[in-house]
Parts: sequence; C-alpha cells; structure tokens
Amino acid sequence: MTTEVASETEVKKEPEKADEQPVAAQQQDGEEEPEQLAAVQDGVTPRAASPHADRKSKEAKGLSRFLPPWLKRQKSLSRTEPSEDREDKTPTEEQQEAPPSEEASPQEAERDESHSIGSADTQPAKEEKGEGSPERIGDGKEEEDLLESKAGEKDEGKLLKLEAEVEKSSLKPAKKMKTVTCQVTLLDGSLLPCELEKRVRGIVLFAKVCEHLNLLEKDYFGLCYKDHADQKCWLDPAKEIKRQIRNCPWQFAFSVKFYPPDPSQLTEDITRYLLCLQLRQDIASGRLPCSFVTHSLLGSYTLQAEMGDHDPDGHCLDYISDFQFAPSQSKEMEEKVVELYKTHRGMSPAQADAQFLENAKKLSMYGVDLHHAKDSEGVDIMLGVCANGLLIYKDRLRINRFAWPKILKISYKRSNFYIKIRPGEAEQFESSVGFKLPNHRAAKRLWKVCVEHHTFFRLVTPEQPPKARFLTLGSKFRYSGRTQAQTREASTLIDRPAPHFERCSSKRLSRSLDGAPGLGMDDQSGAPGQGLTPGAKNGRDPALELSSDSKDLDKTQEDVLKHQASISELKRNFMESTPEPQPSQWEKRLTASPATSLRLRAQAAFEEEVPSSSVLSSPVAVPTGLPAACTTSVSAAEGDIAVGSPPAAAHVVEKALPRADGSSYSGSDAGKTAEDKQKSDTLEQAEVEIEETVVIKEVRKAPKVEVTVPEVVVTIAVTEKEPEEKTGAEAEGRGDEGVTQRGSTSSDSHSESEDEAEYRPQAPGESIDHIKEVPEEEEELAVEAQPLEAEPAAAPPCPTTEEQESPLKDEAQNGHPEMQSPQGSVEEDEEDEGEPKLNGDASRAETEGLPQVICCSEPPVVKTEMVTISDTFAAQKTEISTTEVPIVHTETKTITYEAAQVDGAGDGEPGVLMTAQTITSESLCTTTTTHITKTLKGGVSETRIEKRIVISGDSDIDHDQALARAIKEAKEQHPDMSVTRVVVHKETEVMEEGKD
Amino acid sequence: MAGLMADFGNFTHAVVRAIPDSFAKEDPRRKKTAEVDLAKAQREHELYIEVLRHQLGLRVLELPADENLPDCAFVEDAAVVCGDTALITRPGSDIRRKETEAVKMVLKEMNLNIVEIDDQSATLDGGDVLFTGREFFVGLSERTNQRGAEILADTFKDYAVSVVPVQNGRHLKSFCSMGGPDLIIIGSSEQAQRALKIMKQMSDHRYDKLTVPDDTAANCIYVHLPDKGHVLLHCTPEEFPESAKVFERLKDYVLIPVSNAEKVKVDGALTCCSVLIHKKV
Repeated sequence: MTTEVASETEVKKEPEKADEQPVAAQQQDGEEEPEQLAAVQDGVTPRAASPHADRKSKEAKGLSRFLPPWLKRQKSLSRTEPSEDREDKTPTEEQQEAPPSEEASPQEAERDESHSIGSADTQPAKEEKGEGSPERIGDGKEEEDLLESKAGEKDEGKLLKLEAEVEKSSLKPAKKMKTVTCQVTLLDGSLLPCELEKRVRGIVLFAKVCEHLNLLEKDYFGLCYKDHADQKCWLDPAKEIKRQIRNCPWQFAFSVKFYPPDPSQLTEDITRYLLCLQLRQDIASGRLPCSFVTHSLLGSYTLQAEMGDHDPDGHCLDYISDFQFAPSQSKEMEEKVVELYKTHRGMSPAQADAQFLENAKKLSMYGVDLHHAKDSEGVDIMLGVCANGLLIYKDRLRINRFAWPKILKISYKRSNFYIKIRPGEAEQFESSVGFKLPNHRAAKRLWKVCVEHHTFFRLVTPEQPPKARFLTLGSKFRYSGRTQAQTREASTLIDRPAPHFERCSSKRLSRSLDGAPGLGMDDQSGAPGQGLTPGAKNGRDPALELSSDSKDLDKTQEDVLKHQASISELKRNFMESTPEPQPSQWEKRLTASPATSLRLRAQAAFEEEVPSSSVLSSPVAVPTGLPAACTTSVSAAEGDIAVGSPPAAAHVVEKALPRADGSSYSGSDAGKTAEDKQKSDTLEQAEVEIEETVVIKEVRKAPKVEVTVPEVVVTIAVTEKEPEEKTGAEAEGRGDEGVTQRGSTSSDSHSESEDEAEYRPQAPGESIDHIKEVPEEEEELAVEAQPLEAEPAAAPPCPTTEEQESPLKDEAQNGHPEMQSPQGSVEEDEEDEGEPKLNGDASRAETEGLPQVICCSEPPVVKTEMVTISDTFAAQKTEISTTEVPIVHTETKTITYEAAQVDGAGDGEPGVLMTAQTITSESLCTTTTTHITKTLKGGVSETRIEKRIVISGDSDIDHDQALARAIKEAKEQHPDMSVTRVVVHKETEVMEEGKD
Repeated sequence: MAGLMADFGNFTHAVVRAIPDSFAKEDPRRKKTAEVDLAKAQREHELYIEVLRHQLGLRVLELPADENLPDCAFVEDAAVVCGDTALITRPGSDIRRKETEAVKMVLKEMNLNIVEIDDQSATLDGGDVLFTGREFFVGLSERTNQRGAEILADTFKDYAVSVVPVQNGRHLKSFCSMGGPDLIIIGSSEQAQRALKIMKQMSDHRYDKLTVPDDTAANCIYVHLPDKGHVLLHCTPEEFPESAKVFERLKDYVLIPVSNAEKVKVDGALTCCSVLIHKKV
C-alpha cells in the first residue's frame, strides 16, 4: 500500500512511466496480482504471484536489456509483479518486463481491479509502446494526472491504472492471449465489436468504448449486460469480465449509469449528446414517463438537434413517424412535435440537446433506477434509486423516500434488502426497513446500485474497498470509479477542442435497444439448484468453489477446516460470494429490523475488523504479508477468512478460524494485534477530537447470520462474543466504525458475495453532502478480535454452522440461484436460533477485539469521548430496535455520566462538517452504532465519536461491569480522546415477545 | 411549453360556480360546523369572484348553480388542472359526483386535454391535491383513495405524486396551501404538522414553510401576476386575527384578505371555490 502512494508520485514525475505505472500499480496490489497473473498466464505462462513481486526488481534488472528505456525506468519503480504479456520475450523476460511496468506504478494498486487488468493489458501496452503508440500512452498520462490532481486517491490511482491497462489492452491484445470478440451496443444503436483478451477486466472494455466514442466524461456511464435471468447488470470495471458475465454472451450495452442531476454542468457537448441518446431510449421505452406535452417538447428538441432547422419546404411529417418520441405516439403528438420544432429555428444541435436535457432532468423519474420489490406485508412496490436517495413507489405513487443522509446502512441478505434509518430527533433507535426482492441476485443488484449511487453522488471521494477489509463478511463491492465531485473536478481540466461527433438520427430503426442487447442467458447458473452443489460451482467459478467452501463452513468447523481451500481459492471465493445463512425472516427482521440491521452491521464490522486484525496479527495470510494476495479479490478472500478467524479466536473460534480460513490464523491474537494497530492508527491520526458515545443496550436478539462465507466465520466469532456482549458491543462499535468508514465509503461489500452485504453510507447525512471517508479509518477499523474467553460462546457452534451454510448458499446464489432455497431454510433456522447466536458470536469476537479497536478515523485534536451505555434486558430473543415493533420493556433506567468538558467542539458547535459517518455493527448480543462526526472548527478538526452499544441478552448481564468495560475499552481505544459522557440506558423486558 | 415547473402561480382563467339556495340546507351527508347564513355566503362568494376578476385580472368563467348540488360552488374538488391537462375527478362523496359534469364542459370548451376517471373504485377530491409547481402531494383521506391518487399520477406523468395520509374527514388543503413557488403555508395543528413532515420527507426539494396558528387560515390562494408579482389571497383578520398577522411577514407580496366565514362552515376554504387555469392564447 505504501508503495502505491509513492508510485503515484513517481508517476507524476515521469509521465512516460505513468502509463506503465498504472499497470504496475495494479499489479502491485498484492491481491490483484495473483489474479492478473493467472489471467495473463492463461495466455502466457502461469507464475507464482508472490515470486513475481520479489522477482520484480531483480528480474527487471535482468530483463532491462529487453525492455525499452521507459520500461527500465519503471523497473526501478516497479516492485511487484511482472506482467506476462509479452509474448515475444521469453517468459522470464516477459515477466520481468511486465513487472517493471506494473511494479513501476507505485500507486499500487489500491484496487484489485488493476491487477488483473494490468497484467494482461500491460503487456500489450508495452508492445504497443514499443511499436510506438505514444498517443495512447500520452492519454494515459493525462488521465493519470487528472486523477492525481483530483485526489491522489487510491481509487483514482486505480482507475488510472485500469485505464492505462485498458489503453494498453486496447492497443493490442496479447498475441498469446485468448481473445474474445464482444459486441457493445452504443447509445445510438450501433454495434461496436471489440476484440478482448478473455481475462481482462471490465474497465478495459469500457475504456475501449469510451475511446471509440471520444468520451472523456466517462464516469457517468457504464457497460451493462444481461444475466441469465435477463436482468440488466452493470459490468464492474474492476473485475474480470468473464467472471461477471459467466456464460452469457459477450454482449454489452453502453449506457448512462449515473444521470447527472444538472446536465448543464457537464463540460462537453459530446457527453450531453450521449446523455440525450440515453434519455431518448428511456423515453421511448417508457422507462422515463412523460406527459404528452413533454413528449412533444422533447421530441421537438430531438428533431432540432438531429435535423437542424425546420425546413418549411420539407416534409417533416413524412419522416417524423420514423422517430419515436414516446412509447406510443399519436399523429396528434407528431403534429405537436412539428409545431414546437418550428419554434426552435436557429438553435444549434448542442443547444437543442441542452434544452432537451433541461426539460428531461425535471421529470420526476429522471435518473431513477427502479427495482421491483415487496414490502414487509408482501405488497408490490418499486424501489427507486436516484441521486438523492431511495424512493419507494407503489404503482405510480411515491409512498416514501429515504434521502441518503437518512440512511445509515444499506444491506442485503439473500433476497432481502434492508436500509437502516437514522433515528429522528425524538427517536432513540435507528429503525430498519426491509424489502423483499424477487431473488438474491436482485437484492444484490439493488444493493450495489445503492452503494454506487450513494458513493457517486454523495461522497467526495469513493470509499476504498480497503484492502484491510479482507475479512469482509459480505460483498466487498464498492464503487471504484470517480464520484461526481471528482469527475466534475476532472472535467474542469479537460482541455481539448470540442470533439467533433456525428449526431446520428434517432429514427426508430437505429434506436432499437435500450442499452442492453438481449443477451442470451443460457447458462448454467440459472439453475437455482446448482448452488447447492458446490462442485458445479467450483467448476464454473472460483466463487463457486468458495461457496462450496462456505458450505463446509456451515457444516462444522471441522468440515470447514477440511474444506479450507488454498488461500487463493478462498480469495476467489470470497470475492465472488458472500454466504448468508439467514434468509427468510426478513419480515421479522424488518420489524425487528434494528436487530437485523445491527447484525448486519456487526457482520460488516466484523469483516472489516477481521481483515485488519488478520492482517495485523496474522502474518500469515493476509494483507500485510501477502505478496501474492495483492489482488483485491485475494485480499477480500483473506479478509473474509480473517473475519471468520477472529471470531474463532474469541473462543472456539480460534480453532474454527484456522479451519475455515486456513489463512486466517489465530483470530484472537491477530485480531487483537489488528485492533491495536488500528488503535494506534487512530491515535496517530488524532488531530481531531473524538467523542465516543457508547450506548450499550442489552437486548436479546437473534442475530441472523448473513454474509458470505467469510461472514460465516465472522458469525461464529460473533457467537463467541455473545458472552461478552458489552465489550463486544463496544468492539463492534469500533469495528463498525472502522468498517463503516472503510466500507461505507467504498461500499465495501464484495459484490461477489451475493447473499449479503452491507454498506454504510458515510454520508454526511446530516452534515454535509459529501463526506470524505478517511482511509485511515479503515486502518482504524481493523478491530481486533480479542478473545473473549470469558464470554460464553454458547451459540457459536450453531451459528457457525449456520453461517457457514449460508455462505455457501450465498455463494451458490451468486452463481447459482439454487443455493438460495437451501439457504433460506438454513437461514430461517439460523435466524431463529442462529441469528442471535451469530450476532452474539460476532459481537463477542468484536467485543473483545472491537472495543479496543474503536477507532477514530482521525486523530482527535480535542479529546472527548462520550460513552453512553444503555442496557436493555430483553428476553433472550427479543429484538429491541425494530422500527415498527417495539419490544416490551418493563424497566427502563437511564444513567448519565457526564464530564464537563470539552472543547467547544460539542455537538452544537459551529463548524464545517467534514465528514459524518455512522457505523453499525451487529452481533448476536450486541449492536454497536458508531457515529463519527468530523468538523472543522477554526482550523482545528474535531472528531467526535458517539457509540451506542446495545447489549441484548438475558438478565444475567452485569450492567455495571459492562459499563465499566465499555468505558475502559473506549478509553483504551482512543487514548487521545476523552470520554465526555456516558449514558446507560437499561431496559428490561418482562415478556419475551415471540420474536419469531 | 415553457417546460416543467415554469410559471408557477401564473393563471389566466378561473372557473367558479354560484352558490345554490340549497347551500344552507341540512344534509347529514354534508359536513357542517354551524348554521349557514345563505345570503351571507352568497355575498361572500360574489366578493370572492370580484377579487379574482378585478384584482387578479383573471378571466372568470362562472357556472350557474345547481340546486341539486348544494356544494357545487366548491369547484376545486371537481377538477385538477395542471398545464394543459385537466383531470376530472371522481369526488369521494357520492352526492357530489355530478358536480364534475358542468366543470368538465367548461374545461373542454377551453381546449384543455380532458382526462376522466373511469375506474369506479377510485375517488379523488381536488381538495386533496396540492400542486407545488414541482410535484404533487395527494392526501389520502375520506374523500380520496389510493386508486384516485394513482390516476392522478398517471395523468400527470411529469411529476412525482406523493401520498400524504389525512385523517378526520378533512382535505389535505384544509390545513395547507402554496404561498409561492417554494413556500408551503401550513397550519399549526398536529395533523398539519405531521402532514408537513411527511411532505418534507417525500420531496427532493426543500420548501420554505409559513406556519399559521389556524389550520383554516393556511388555505390561501397564491397567484403570480405580471404586474403585481406575488399575490396572496388569505383569511381576514376578523376571522383569524393571529394568522392574518403572520401573512404580513411576507414581504414583496400583495396581500388580499378575503372573507370566507360562511363557506368555511361547510368546509369550504378559499381554494375550494375556484379552479385556476393557465391557458395561453
């Protein structure tokens, strides 16, 4: 990672190298490298990823003779792996050469994406370079520069790298590589054939298309394909295309992914033109409903843009019916169009497009991505994702709306999609709302869209799917591109004469497809049953394998151990799938939603934490040490594993961890270390004041294990944690924070983990729109899995099994729908029992580790900690925070300890809100919600951390002890900060409501 | 076609209807809070029409009263007009269903695109429809149901249509109205505040609000005139002294108090008595 940074700078220095560097950076990403290598190797020769890295420098030297001068330069820079691309040269040479370039880019690959792409692409690029494709190189440089200028953020770097790779790849496919011809349907309806190396990442193709279109403001766009279920899916630029489309035909559609709320702010006319084309499709297809008058008006601008001024002598009506202005257009409408068309005389095509957009953008459904769903009562509704948040429709009516700032967490589990809502002014608890999607794929798709939209529109910079997240339970998926803020900034740097482009007629014949060409989905995975059979999956994808693994996990720890796949396998698996065990009771969850959400959070937190911990503690696999596993996927896998492990560490966990993860290691120790590290990180950061509020509520919740395989592990951990609910809660909270920061920004969950994933929008909900996630946070996030031996891990075993199963399922689901059903059953069981257990487990693990881990993303200038501990005793199972269904509380005690303190950095303090994050982690027994608010006051940044820890459990809990522990942990975690306030809220439920 | 959201508050025409003698009659199906003085009510109504005609400069189309339709003067409930499209409603009260016929005729004569509700399960009162210039809010009340709201959404596809639950037999606009392009005038009752909260949550747009002590006083008529700018017809100080003061805070507004004491007794607010139309010639 560190290298990456350096690399970026280097890149800047050496423009020439920049192209290469990006690639190198990608490769550098430890995780990516292996994959890339593998991919590349397919064509060329397989290598060991780790060796490559080591070799890099050496090889580079040896190979230097072969390499062009610029490559040589890079060599010095390059650390990592060699690219295999060069066919001409001997394998070693190739490796060497490639490595240098890749390695050269220090930017490192923050992102996995770059790896694979980089490797494959890199070589071609080199070749091209050698041949002399300076232009492209130059472009690459420019792009890089832009990126750098923006934020020097990793993401950008990745993107750049990716782009660079793309360019390279576009230049020439490696001779040896297996190539595939894919077809991309452009917005004007034309088909663009592209020759691609089979293993390239999505960004390669996307870059080719953008290059073909001469499009610079490309971040609003994306490529989509249709999966087997004929559902439109976005191609993840960071992942290999082949892994995404699976057996579907290589057919893609270039489409607008993020509809700019104000198209007039786009820099180039060509971008607006493409947006117009997309909107014309949207309108013609009925996806963007308009009134008659609006159809006519927009149609008139279309005519003006494409046909120029109305020709009085012409016969508009003769050809006008060739245009499609509406899903169904009447003669009356066509006449109206012509009538309006006449009034546009003198308007240039660009002006007409601009007017078109000015009107289209006001349409209520502009930029709203609709998804079918059912509410908790089974009523059909539509969920619309847009720039501002999530819209809920019943039929055409808007029945609810959740602006991004109101949403604390977005998650999905199986076919259920959840959002956690920020508590209102008078409300104490967050509430969760759950929706039932047709299937888990749909849920995951919706989740990803939400994560991407939130990141793109709401954040200044994308959250990084931190490597640290290795342990992520669910999907690590994050939006890897630029945010709107970044792309706008980048656009300001566009300095080229307006590119010439042809406006082709949008007559019906040419229009045809929306975007996505009908892709044949024959394949396999369509079958839901497959999920169950791991073998089949394995055969298909690594993910499948993972699923199988996960299944094993579910079965038993031992089984898990047996199943432990090689790390690489795990990595793959993790990347792709996230097993989620608990399915069915989403409704309950909904009601109990808080608990659910908490759980989800906890899991997420765990995941994150785990990774960190694993990394820290376990030299073994993970992030830190892993050379080979540089690739994100790898890291992710590791992370997952790690996650699992941490829980294990807690108790049984330790055993389990090794088993499941194999790579994970001793969870507890590692976790602790990780936590420590995190803490340290946090501390280091401190310029900011941190207030921690720990709210510990003791509530019995049946945690549901969701998440992918990794999650499973986590779950286990949770169970273990249960005994130590309080601590766990804190820990979770911490972990959550970290997680949220990490994840939320990036929206971490692996896309791959289909079953579950959580995303906590860091957003600045209340505060500022754009919240910048702090990378540091991620580090901080790393929660340790402190071994909570003290805690009784009663549930652990069960959860684990359940969880494991679920992961398997999830994975299966990812690849295979079939998985779901089993999962569902499993989930249900788990939910009832397992969920709580799982939560508990996670919490335990987290608790132990997490508390310590509590991280403040930023170092607190003013140190203030607020610890609020509320304990609610609920019946064992009762889930406390439900949006709608309150648990019966018999007793309620609130104790507040307040330290007068403080800097003026109170809540009410004026200042510029820099970031606000809310992280929620759930464990069986504990739910920790951490709100991190950073404000800039008078040049001093303050970080306030409020933690709410809800401990749910039997009345056995010693509140005082829990409180003491929570405070202690909080202090430990944030030595630099002071505890401002502690509020203990105890709620004892007399009755146990039938949870389920 | 100035496009969406343009010209909010710009009106050229107003449709009104005279108050029949049956207006003051007892009818268990009508809501009545107090004894109505028919002569007073009719006088009020005439003044109201005078204001529309002379102070606002609107071209007023006055429909004759129908003795069989005691509430026929409340034409607002019979049609929702936005742009060139008029949705003829299906009032929730069956005794008022026929009120739409005459209104439909006059709107048709104006060459508006007429949309009618065929669905016999749908009910919609215009008084439950709040158009802000950017979107619609529809009160789901005793008079307006989900289906009616859906039809409204289908009719005006350009706009978001959000639903707001309204209880106690009132209309959405019984306690709120638009006071400008981005200004919602809202009553102080719990119900009104709850509805406002919902509206705020449902909208992507941030509206300003003007809170008045009396719910009924929150029903005003906003018009933007080329020569006068912002014009607001609101309650008189005699009726709601506290609320009337609040409107004085609106700077740059031409404030026109309009008496409505009698009509309010049968739930007739200011907006109820006219359908405002922007029809370019």
